[in-house]
Amino acid sequence: MRTVPADAITAALRDLCITVNHRMGADMLAALERARAAEESEIGRTVLARLLENARVAREEWFPICQDTGTVVVFVDLGQDVHVTGGDLQGAIDEGVRRGYREGYLRASVVRAPLDRQNTGDNTPAIVYTRIVPGDRITLSVLAKGAGCDNMSRLAMLTPAEGREGVVEFVTRTIAEAGPNPSPPLVVGVGVGGTFEQAALLAKRALLRRVGDPSPEPDAAALEAELLRRINDLGIGPGGFGGRITALAVHVEQHPTHIASLPVAVNLDCHSHRAGQAVL
Amino acid sequence: MSRPAAAPREIKTPLEPAEIERLHAGDEVLLSGVIYTARDAAHERLTRMIAAGDPLPVNLAGEIIYYCGPTPARPGRPIGSAGPTTASRMDPYAPSLLEHGVRGMIGKGRRSAAVKDAIRQAGAVYFAAVEGTAALLGRCVRSAEVVAFPDLGAEAIYRLVVERFPVVVANDCHGGDVYDEGRAKFRR
Repeated sequence: MRTVPADAITAALRDLCITVNHRMGADMLAALERARAAEESEIGRTVLARLLENARVAREEWFPICQDTGTVVVFVDLGQDVHVTGGDLQGAIDEGVRRGYREGYLRASVVRAPLDRQNTGDNTPAIVYTRIVPGDRITLSVLAKGAGCDNMSRLAMLTPAEGREGVVEFVTRTIAEAGPNPSPPLVVGVGVGGTFEQAALLAKRALLRRVGDPSPEPDAAALEAELLRRINDLGIGPGGFGGRITALAVHVEQHPTHIASLPVAVNLDCHSHRAGQAVL
Repeated sequence: MSRPAAAPREIKTPLEPAEIERLHAGDEVLLSGVIYTARDAAHERLTRMIAAGDPLPVNLAGEIIYYCGPTPARPGRPIGSAGPTTASRMDPYAPSLLEHGVRGMIGKGRRSAAVKDAIRQAGAVYFAAVEGTAALLGRCVRSAEVVAFPDLGAEAIYRLVVERFPVVVANDCHGGDVYDEGRAKFRR
């Protein structure tokens, strides 16, 4: 049994919160560069150039990439041979978020209850999903998830008869209806299968993948390619001002499901996609 | 978007009615002068005060409202990053504020049919900014001062002085809509 002090989790979370909000990932930068080369719309190219310039200024001058510094969503892969000491897991994560958002001059965007709308003041609590996995390590994967794109995300319980075409139609329609609101070009997470809540979680987890890496499953990779083409035929474009590039990437995650079910969830992430990982 | 791209138009706030008349969907504009931030919570309060006949904490007649909740300023700076939030959440409140004299709005995303009608009737304009350029937009802010609802934190009303703040005309007073026109041009 390996022990990991809760303080180490807190320190890792603090650093991740500050890093992902100021330093756009190399995968995202490359995806935006490819989009700029491919975009036919003049205003679309202008938007993409400004997004890249914004990423440079954010990194060099310590401005957050976006003013919506997000809800912190943490995926914890906790090795079953790890013992966390000196505090509880959720508490350690929340303390890291608290320090990261205060010390990083990041916006507090979380309210303590959905109907009373009182800001908690420190962006806690984080949304935490924990899996127990083999081994003696802890992997912390973080999304700073903006609300504008989360708000335009959708879930449908399709029937098996609707099949693959039903999935394609639902995902494409979700993005058509979202239009400019989720801040395209998007990273699109799609969860297919499982149960009602599992599909949503798959769609969120799909956003953790390196932007543009295809699924290792050939059928999912083919579905991703078709969805990307259909989405980019919508014409919404960078910033929603019209153009060829509405999505930078589509990531599909699948899971076994019931004989009667075909759940599909679409989780959108905006052109300020912020993800990072630490292994303890 | 149907017209060829031109150099961005430089405009000083407050907006003159004749200037608003000249703006068309798709025009790129650089705004300089005073704008006021307000988002969900501030809109809820402002419209409640208007409905009750109470005086507003800020005179918004002729002014521009920016749907923005900035990040905290680092020491020595007026503000942090300051991009737009989704405008449609303010749709239930916008007609009342336009009736109260607001002449411009800055946000991102589509407006409702009711808001577009109110924009035409008021002779107003809705500008779009790009959220993912929040750092660049924050750098355009010369000064920032909370002028109402300080208890709302990032959702308070800030009086911003901006310089060459880049926006695109999204809905003009003639019924033009950059989102409809741009998408129609590139749809397959």
